[in-house]
Amino acid sequence: MTPTAPPALPPDALAAVERALEAHRGRPGALLPILHAVQDALGYVPPDALPTIAHALNLSRADVHGVVTFYHDFRDAPPGRHVVKLCRAEACQAVGSDELVRDVCARFGTELGHTRADGAVTLEPVYCLGNCALGPSAMVDGELRGRVTASGLAAELPDVPAAPPGGAS
Amino acid sequence: MSAAPVRVFVPRDAAARSLGADAVARAVEAEAARRGTPVTVVRNGSRGMLWLEPLVEVETAAGRVGYGPVRAADVPGLLAQGMLTGGTHPLRIGRPEAHPFLARQQRLVFARCGVTDPLDLAAYEAHGGLAGLRAALGRSGAQVVEEVTTSGLRGRGGAGFPTGIKWKTVLDTPATQKYVVCNADEGDSGTFSDRMVMEGDPYLLLEGMAIAGVALGATVGWIYLRSEYPDAERVLTEAIARARAAGLLGPRVLGSDRAFDVELRRGAGAYVCGEETALLESLEGKRGIVRYRPPVPAVAGLWGKPTALNNVVTLASVPWILAHGGAAYRALGTGRSRGTLPFQLAGNVKHGGLVEAPFGLTLRQLIEDFGGGTRSGLPVKAVQVGGPLGAYLPEADLDVPLDYEALTTKDAILGHGGVVVFDETCDMAALARYAMEFCAIESCGKCTPCRIGSTRGVEVIDRIVAGTQRAKNVALLEDLCETLTHASLCALGGLTPLPVRSALKHFPEDFGLERAVAARPGAGRP
Repeated sequence: MTPTAPPALPPDALAAVERALEAHRGRPGALLPILHAVQDALGYVPPDALPTIAHALNLSRADVHGVVTFYHDFRDAPPGRHVVKLCRAEACQAVGSDELVRDVCARFGTELGHTRADGAVTLEPVYCLGNCALGPSAMVDGELRGRVTASGLAAELPDVPAAPPGGAS
Repeated sequence: MSAAPVRVFVPRDAAARSLGADAVARAVEAEAARRGTPVTVVRNGSRGMLWLEPLVEVETAAGRVGYGPVRAADVPGLLAQGMLTGGTHPLRIGRPEAHPFLARQQRLVFARCGVTDPLDLAAYEAHGGLAGLRAALGRSGAQVVEEVTTSGLRGRGGAGFPTGIKWKTVLDTPATQKYVVCNADEGDSGTFSDRMVMEGDPYLLLEGMAIAGVALGATVGWIYLRSEYPDAERVLTEAIARARAAGLLGPRVLGSDRAFDVELRRGAGAYVCGEETALLESLEGKRGIVRYRPPVPAVAGLWGKPTALNNVVTLASVPWILAHGGAAYRALGTGRSRGTLPFQLAGNVKHGGLVEAPFGLTLRQLIEDFGGGTRSGLPVKAVQVGGPLGAYLPEADLDVPLDYEALTTKDAILGHGGVVVFDETCDMAALARYAMEFCAIESCGKCTPCRIGSTRGVEVIDRIVAGTQRAKNVALLEDLCETLTHASLCALGGLTPLPVRSALKHFPEDFGLERAVAARPGAGRP
């Protein structure tokens, strides 16, 4: 399909990229829908997929790289088995989200914006989930949670073992 | 039993689901089956009494009776005490409409939200839906625009620009293609009215967009929805499909000779894409970089075509205006702020939720009468109105009426109507620092004051708090804020000084300052 040799994408990832291109390339402003489709399928947008996407849309690699890196949503590496987004915005701060972030990071042994070394969980900051009367809010694997506590989160994710000592990545 | 199934309403709104509404719905079905009582569980929108979520309602011979907040574990006890016939229980709140929180509201946009199944188009119509679109289809574009102009409706996304003027510009600009774009990138902390419309009454938004489309000669509408709202995405996707199947959208809108269809697009986590020109760039598949204006989007917007770009609540206000007349809408409100605004009461507040009322309500009425004070029970220290770019107001300013002009007299903005309450434990210097940090994280990077100034702002606030050359650094912060205010391309950089300066002006002690230092001439003035 491409004149240059395709980069080293694993076959299943390449298939996901091709499906995304097939579904959306004809739409106006197709790049974001394509990137979302790739991330929905793979959990991230592999950097090696960008040349293929760029070629399909007749864009430069720089254009596509610029878009991927502009938006907070797109990851360049696979996330952990669970993705927990913690709201850092004002309404949640008013009900203790700063403490919640500290407690969750300590309990899970990693930082916002990081995936734990064992791949069990990724913690990400988010700036408002629209649940501002019931904060602190979080999104756990795509599902909104209100009045969140660190212990409640831990109970919801029993397959994320407590942080190994000094195990922050 | 031969009796008809009892209808039980359990909201599908994301806020209700965030506290376990799905488990409650399953528990109601399971427990009713166990007891041999047929029930039909309807997943409605939220009434907006969010502290009572999940709020379960039962349809009885005497009307609907509410119970909340209900946890799945409460369900067996509720049914045992006769919930399905409206029986008494500590969680019973009676008729929801009679609850003081709702009884004191005047709901135009949110009239159906929480009452109906959001995806039931027949229920939408039975509760007054589509009357506005039908009225619009019987009139010329100019007449529809005139009606909207008469209403005095202003943009509910935050800028407050008169919708009628924007629409007239689109109408009067000749073009082969025009667009309607709905800004559903509701990024302001403390706001959720767009989300509640989209999840609780999605056809209202589609009807508002269709009115704009048929009036302005735009055949295509786009909804730019933030990715943080997956529930809204699910509801809207289904609503659009059903609206097409029913002929509300498509080549012949409601059987007329006018075409209008809607496409939903998901944002990707960039706050700045709520700025209208950055949003257009993003829709076009590019980085969400702010455009220079002019030209305004109404003249050259999406792909250079005239574009009516409006917030969700703005568009959702239009069907009522067309159905009841612009004059009736204009009769509500105060000064140059006409009609109603869905205020959103959030943060550290006991009874948080959605309060739709005519402009002119005071902040104190909202927080004390509706909100019942703070959730923590501690005194209110500060209230941020209008999202992360809005000012922090001290307790002494709570008697300000909520309208666009009155708030500017307090160096504040109304924005999208979000009200975030903080109790006395909050640290205003930390919140001012956060405002600069947020601006740095979300800046699109096009203009220097916002891109660089936000990071410098964090550093200067850190130095003030650390006690390093305080007076000098306060002057520097003021100077920086002045530059951001006047030299930024859009509201992100231009308004970030509002929370920073208001925090410094009203709460200098939190920065380690004497009141006199912060109150010197010029300090805290926008």
